[in-house]
Amino acid sequence: MTLLRSNTPAQAMPSANASAGAGRGAASMKMLLITVLGWTVALVIFFPILWMILTGFKTEAAAIADPSFIFSPTLESYEAVQARSGYARFALNSVAVAFGSTFLALLIAIPSAYSMAFLPTRRTKGTLLWMLSTKMLPPVGVLVPIYLIFRDVGLLDTRTGLIIIYTLMNLPIVVWMLYTFFKDMPKDILEAGRMDGASTLQEVFFLLLPLTLPGIASTGLLSVILSWNEAFWSLNLTSSKAAPLTAYIASFSSPEGLFWAKLSAASTMAIAPILILGWMTQKQMVRGLTFGAVK
Amino acid sequence: MTKTRASGRTVGGLRTLSLQAPAVTLLLLWMIIPLGMTIWFSFQYYNLLMPGMSGFAGVENYEYLLTDPALWKAMGNTLLLVGWVLAITVVGGTLLAVLFQQDFAGRGIARVLAISPFFVMPTVSALVWKNMMMHPSNGVLAWLANSLGLPAVDWFSALPLTSIVIIVAWQWLPFALLILLTAMQSLDEDQVEAARMDGAGPIAIFFFITLPHLKRAISVVIMIEMIFLLTIFAEIFVTTSGGPGLATTNLAYLIYMRALLDFDVGVASAGGVIAIILANIVAIFLVRMVAKNLED
Repeated sequence: MTLLRSNTPAQAMPSANASAGAGRGAASMKMLLITVLGWTVALVIFFPILWMILTGFKTEAAAIADPSFIFSPTLESYEAVQARSGYARFALNSVAVAFGSTFLALLIAIPSAYSMAFLPTRRTKGTLLWMLSTKMLPPVGVLVPIYLIFRDVGLLDTRTGLIIIYTLMNLPIVVWMLYTFFKDMPKDILEAGRMDGASTLQEVFFLLLPLTLPGIASTGLLSVILSWNEAFWSLNLTSSKAAPLTAYIASFSSPEGLFWAKLSAASTMAIAPILILGWMTQKQMVRGLTFGAVK
Repeated sequence: MTKTRASGRTVGGLRTLSLQAPAVTLLLLWMIIPLGMTIWFSFQYYNLLMPGMSGFAGVENYEYLLTDPALWKAMGNTLLLVGWVLAITVVGGTLLAVLFQQDFAGRGIARVLAISPFFVMPTVSALVWKNMMMHPSNGVLAWLANSLGLPAVDWFSALPLTSIVIIVAWQWLPFALLILLTAMQSLDEDQVEAARMDGAGPIAIFFFITLPHLKRAISVVIMIEMIFLLTIFAEIFVTTSGGPGLATTNLAYLIYMRALLDFDVGVASAGGVIAIILANIVAIFLVRMVAKNLED
């Protein structure tokens, strides 16, 4: 029982007593077990992604052969994807849409979050919650009107159209996240700036923004990630011209052609940047994704 | 003191108004216009293929939809999909959070690998699973089954909805893990230590300390997942297109079929209204919980 109790060796050490030797042995045994279990679980979960990355470096023949980790890597699928399908065009659409909508959302959200954090009124809390509730509207519930409006004003299959949708889609999360970051900032600094005669604009540009830059950056990154991976509006509102990577990858689902190596190469390129951004911002992401309900 | 405050408030009020106006106005338009149109269309005869037919339809669209066996099949599929994915991700996420909370060699990297699927775009996850994992003859799972001497499963024909559940659960398990792992970090170690001193085993500690501590985070995970899972679309779109038959058609996919394949705006809008009502039932609880949190 004593052995089971010690959670980690670090905790077992201080309480070491007469049975220290035996306790240490069992603790390291348990440690080994947890290490093996932890890594096995992580690798099983990650396996499909790993397999996709490997398949991208295989030939089409090797991609559908019996699964194997040993093969001679080739870049031919990457070259084929670049040359034949115009991958760059879709990637450019993704970049334009993700960063365009993020820039717009930040621009609109910063003043709003500033006033909520520093000039709160009785209505601030209500406004924040109402913004959050607009996020609960299922996209499919408003698909028909958005599609018809876009058709009538010529926004179907345009980057501008997607940028508008994504800006509005992410606006509540962006306001919410910025609000929590701004609120954490000590008020005295802004107060001091005001004493020295700074105008609101100066206050925002020279004090608030530089001081909360890490928070603003992670808010922006979350918005980029969400827009990049969005696959309901992009599939329904774009076809050829403005299609981002989500829609381009979907085109691999058609006929029974087994272009797994090309699919894998294209997919790897499509997810790599976001995977890395996601790894970097996982902590702040929790704040944004749960609206501050989990800290 | 009171004086500056009083005057500051009017100025503040004005400034607040102008600073918040863009965000509030845009979101208001974004909510009201499409919502209003969806509700309006749902009471109209409106089919893009039949321009001649128009006018007030009363509740006919709803009647048509509610008597359509496809709707009930789709509702059933939606519930099964949401229910199974929630069960897998919440139970799995909690267990994994406990596991990854332990200190072990390379824990940081293992954690990062385990949360990765959440950052993969839905179309990629769905196609990687459909082709490279679940393909009946060339997939990794088929190879695994064969090497164990078992028959390979033709996932998307034999177990279509299960296949979708597996793909979606793989995407959302990391989300649950990420949130619960964060919540776990605020667990009071002294309390755990005290319980251990009193002779509580790991299982007792899990059920009487860890789980109650995670209660709120778990309910947040459940509600957020529910809102997203109710309208899963891309994963179905690229793998089964709702088939075979209606086996994997959920509410979102049914509305898409009625709207953009049959061009029946009226009926699709009625479906949209139903989806909105379902999502709102969940949303009310979530908003209430966030509001409570905002107070402390």
